[in-house]
Amino acid sequence: MIRDTSIGAKIWSIAIWVVVGFFVLNLIALIATVIIDSFATQWLRSWLPVAYTTKWYASAWDEFQLTQVLTVTFEIVFTVVSLAGLFGVTAAYAMARRNFPGKRLVMLLFLLPLLVPPITYGIPMATVLYQSGVGGTFWGVVIANLVPTVPFVILVMIPFIEQIDPKIEAAARVFGAGTFRLFVHVLLPMLLPGILAALLLVLVRTVAMFELTFLAAGPTSQTLVVVLYYSVFAAGVRAVQSIDAMAVIYMLTTLVWLLIALRFVNPTQIVARSR
Amino acid sequence: MTDVSGDRLSLRQRLALRGLDGTTLLIVPALLLLFATFVYPFLYGLWLSFAPKAGGIFGNYATFFSDPFQYDTIGTTLALAVPVTIISLVVAVPVALRVRLMKRQRLLTTILVLPVSLGTVLVAQGLLNYLGPQGWFSRVLMLLHLSNGPARLTHNYWGVFASLLITGFPFTFLLTLSYITGIDPALEQAAATHGANAWQRFRHVFMPLLVPGLAVAFLLSFVQAFAVFPSAVLLGAPAGPTRVISVAAYQAAFEQYDYSMASAIAMIMAAVQLVVVAIILGARTLFYRGSTSGGKG
Repeated sequence: MIRDTSIGAKIWSIAIWVVVGFFVLNLIALIATVIIDSFATQWLRSWLPVAYTTKWYASAWDEFQLTQVLTVTFEIVFTVVSLAGLFGVTAAYAMARRNFPGKRLVMLLFLLPLLVPPITYGIPMATVLYQSGVGGTFWGVVIANLVPTVPFVILVMIPFIEQIDPKIEAAARVFGAGTFRLFVHVLLPMLLPGILAALLLVLVRTVAMFELTFLAAGPTSQTLVVVLYYSVFAAGVRAVQSIDAMAVIYMLTTLVWLLIALRFVNPTQIVARSR
Repeated sequence: MTDVSGDRLSLRQRLALRGLDGTTLLIVPALLLLFATFVYPFLYGLWLSFAPKAGGIFGNYATFFSDPFQYDTIGTTLALAVPVTIISLVVAVPVALRVRLMKRQRLLTTILVLPVSLGTVLVAQGLLNYLGPQGWFSRVLMLLHLSNGPARLTHNYWGVFASLLITGFPFTFLLTLSYITGIDPALEQAAATHGANAWQRFRHVFMPLLVPGLAVAFLLSFVQAFAVFPSAVLLGAPAGPTRVISVAAYQAAFEQYDYSMASAIAMIMAAVQLVVVAIILGARTLFYRGSTSGGKG
């Protein structure tokens, strides 16, 4: 490593840490206000609330029917995760193992839903969903969420599969394993860490996926983040603390999975999708 | 009959030689799914945009570009997305160059991945409290005598700007970091051995190697920022100063139920993004393109 010891380098380095510190400080303060406010009896015109209570969690849970919302959220998320895994891993296997004409075009098709922002393709997609009758239903939300997650699984899995030596598969074939047994007994155990990481990231992304769910969801198929949006949108109808209590619950549902995911992947992998 | 089966066998073999066999067919389910849910709706939307409720083929586009309330949304969105993306990238590069040298980057990257994974809705709700007239940010400004009264930072341009920066900067930074860590440190050491100072090393070693990656980081961040929706509604003034293009598209679809117009606006949104992508990729080819690893070749 190069050690630069001049005054200029030191000032530069300090300046960088000040910028990072300022950013992180604001970020933490922003999250802290939500958490503190959710426990506040009243928080107006002062640095900290007057007194603390946990009643907002109970009232938020009833007001926003969180039992139902959380059930729907996890039903949708787990359906998306399993379907994305099924479609994604099989396609990634073919992409990693075969070279065929038009492969670059197929790759481009898999990249596009990750590059085009959801709101851009979400509006035409929602139109088609509503016209075919699935818009506003459970399956409408699931289908909408599969659009970015299947390509995501494919792109994460391709390098994982490529690093497995094809000779291992050939050996299993020699010993008489069919495609199914080959997959279950040979490939799956070796790919499991990769699949797990990919699916956990899909889980985090789907819990937080606002735009597509918002466009495709009906009254009974809203996930937690959409309910949160509507309550912030209609601010004034309910107490701010109640909304913040729900925001904390939402944060917890995301963070649990994020922390588990971070045991398997590097944070940079969450955004750097295709290298 | 044997002739036919022999023929089919050879066809299968010929296909297999070109990489088409049973395994290749495994991409078919995913491919069909994306055709049905991504390609088809996009083409359908394109077609629908040329079949307006009133007027000729280009009726929707004519309406959009003749009404300042509609076409101003492009400028409004660019005025948010471009500065946020440029600031994110300009700050992300030096920070990533520094963080690259850290032994324990994990804590910082974990903190920075939070706003990306929590999403814009939560950040918007947090900022409404935090940047509000009675929020901590405003209080600190008053404490430091930087502002006389409570600062007005929500329900206007700056609220949306702050939310885009909070979610956009970590995104850009993590992308940039992944590019910068991909550059072989030996290249910088070689430059230092030859007496290049920090600025020269950056200008002549890192910059040329980074430009392709930075172009991609710029594009991904820009495209995300350009599609700003929840925070423009929650933290901005969606009726006026922060009526961004996605709000216009949403209102056309779900408030006026004019799917044809909504599709047209979505296509205009995609077209603006495409133009920016084309400009950036065009500019990128003016720079060095090649290996970021050291050694020969």
